[in-house]
Amino acid sequence: MNWMAVGAIYRFEMARFFRTIVQSFVAPVITTSLYFVVFGAAIGSRIDEVEGVSYGAFIVPGLVMLSVMTQAISNASFGIYFPKFIGTIYELLSAPINFLEIVTGYVGAAATKALFIGVVILVTASMFVPLRVEHPVAMVAFLMLTCLSFALMGFIIGIWASNFEQLQLVPLLVVTPLIFLGGAFYSISMLPEFWQKVALLNPVVYLISGFRWAFYGLADVPVLVSLLAIAGFTALCLAAIWRIFQTGWRLRA
Amino acid sequence: MAPMVEIRDARKVYDGGFEALKGVTLDIEDGEILALLGPNGAGKTTLISCICGIALPSSGAIRVGGNDVVTEYRAARDLIGLVPQEVNLEPFETVWSTVRFTRGVFGKRRDDALLEDLLKQLSLWDKRNAKIKELSGGMKRRVLIAKALSHEPKVLFLDEPTAGVDVELRRDMWRIVDGLRASGVTIILTTHYIEEAEAIADRIGVISGGQLLLVEEKAALMTRLGRKELRIDLQEPLGAVPDALAEFDLALADDGHTLVYSYDTGAERTGIARLMTEMNAAGVILKDLRTSQNTLEDIFVNLVHDDSTEETGA
Repeated sequence: MNWMAVGAIYRFEMARFFRTIVQSFVAPVITTSLYFVVFGAAIGSRIDEVEGVSYGAFIVPGLVMLSVMTQAISNASFGIYFPKFIGTIYELLSAPINFLEIVTGYVGAAATKALFIGVVILVTASMFVPLRVEHPVAMVAFLMLTCLSFALMGFIIGIWASNFEQLQLVPLLVVTPLIFLGGAFYSISMLPEFWQKVALLNPVVYLISGFRWAFYGLADVPVLVSLLAIAGFTALCLAAIWRIFQTGWRLRA
Repeated sequence: MAPMVEIRDARKVYDGGFEALKGVTLDIEDGEILALLGPNGAGKTTLISCICGIALPSSGAIRVGGNDVVTEYRAARDLIGLVPQEVNLEPFETVWSTVRFTRGVFGKRRDDALLEDLLKQLSLWDKRNAKIKELSGGMKRRVLIAKALSHEPKVLFLDEPTAGVDVELRRDMWRIVDGLRASGVTIILTTHYIEEAEAIADRIGVISGGQLLLVEEKAALMTRLGRKELRIDLQEPLGAVPDALAEFDLALADDGHTLVYSYDTGAERTGIARLMTEMNAAGVILKDLRTSQNTLEDIFVNLVHDDSTEETGA
C-alpha cells in the first residue's frame, strides 16, 4: 500500500470540505431543525409515543441515517467524478498507485465527511429531544459502516456516471425513495401487513432498524439480520469495486 | 547501458476498433531529448498515454527504466512525469496545494523546500497562493510542468507543450527544457511545430497514421537539410553529363534539358563558380539558374504524404 498517496488524496479531499466548512456545518443543522419543527413539533404532537419513545426522539436515528447516506453518496460520487469531468484524472492514472489506494483515499474522505455530518445532526437533535443510547458500541459501528458502505456505493456511481445528470440520477431516483420508505419516520409495524412484507425487500429498512435499536432497543427486524445486511451490502460494493479495478472500466482506455 | 524507455511493437486498438498505434518500436536513451513530430491524430498522444498508464497497450511491451509499464507499473510510473496536452487543473485549488498533491500522490514525502525551488524556477512562486482559475493560460501550463516535476521524475513527457502559446512563452518553455536537460532528465516531447523540434531536440522521430516513419539524430537530419540543389536549364538538351564535368556531383533531368548540381552549403566552397567556368569551357550553354533547399518541413511533409497515399491506395 502506498499510504503516502492515500494520505495525499484524503487530505486533498478533506481540504475541499474544510474550505466550505460553514456550508458543511450549517446546512445539516438547519435541515435537522426543520425536520424537528415539522415532524417533531407540528405532526409529532398529534402522534402518540411509538413503542414507548416520543415521536420526536423516535425519528432521530432515521434522520441521521437519511443525511449520512445521502452525504456519503454525494461526497464520494462527486469526489471521483469531478477529476473525470475536468480531466485531472490523468494524474491518478499515471501515478504509481493502484485502484485500491484511490478508493481508500476518496471513500475514506467521503465517509469521514458523512460521519462528521452525522455527529452534527446528533448533537443538534439532542437539543430538541432527550436522546438515549442503549448500545453505544453498536451505534458507532452502524454509523461507521453506513458511512463506509454508502461512500463505496457513491464511488461506484461516480465512476459509472458520464455526465452530471447521471451523477444525480441514482441518489434521486433510487436512494432517497428507499430511505424515505425505509422507516426513517415511522416503524415498519405501522404499515399494512402487505406493505410490511414489501418493506423487507428494502435494504435501508435493515440499516435504520439496526441503528434505531442501538438507541432505544427497538427494532423492526432482528439486529443480527441488520448487521448481516450492512455487512452484505458493504461486501457487495467492495466486490463491484474490485471488478472495476480489474477491468479498468470507465477509467482507463 | 539499457535505454531509459524501450518500446517494442506497441499496438493500441481502441474499443471502437480504431487502430491508433500500429506497432511502434523505439528506444529512448537516458538523458536525451526526443521530439516526436506528427500531424494531429498521428498517435503521439496515444503513445504517451500507453507509456504513462492512461491507456493500456493492446499488445507489445513498453519498459521505463527497465520496468514493464503494465506489470511493474509502480516502479515504471515512479520515474515518469507527464505534462498533458490539455490544461487539466482543478480551478478552485491554489498552485501550492495542487503541486503538493501531485508529489503526494506519487508517494513522495512532503518537501516544501524542493517545491519552493521548483516554483521559483518556473516563475510561479509569487502565484503560489493564487487559485488556478485566476491564472493566465501560460501560467497554467507552468503549473502543469511544476506538477509533473514535483516528484522528481527521471523521464518527462511533454505532450504539445507549446500548442497555442505565444512566442515568448514558447521560448521560456525551451529554456526550461534546456535546464532540465542539464539536470539529466530524459525528455520526450510531441509537437507539430518543426521549429520546436529543431530548437531543442537531440533526436527527431516522425510519427503518422500510428506508425513511426523515421527516427534520426537531429544533426544527421540537419546535414541532410544542409544540402542544396542548383538546377541549370540548358539551351540544348544533353544526352549524358559531359566527361569534362565528371568531377562534379551532377545529374540530368527533364530529358536532358536540366543539369542538377547538389552541393553542401556548409562546405568551404560550393564549387559553383568553378562549375560555371568548366561548363563554359565545355561549350554547354545555360538558359536559366535556380537553387532550392530541402527543409525539415519538406522531409516531414514528404514522409507523411507518402504514408497517407500508401494508405488510401491500399
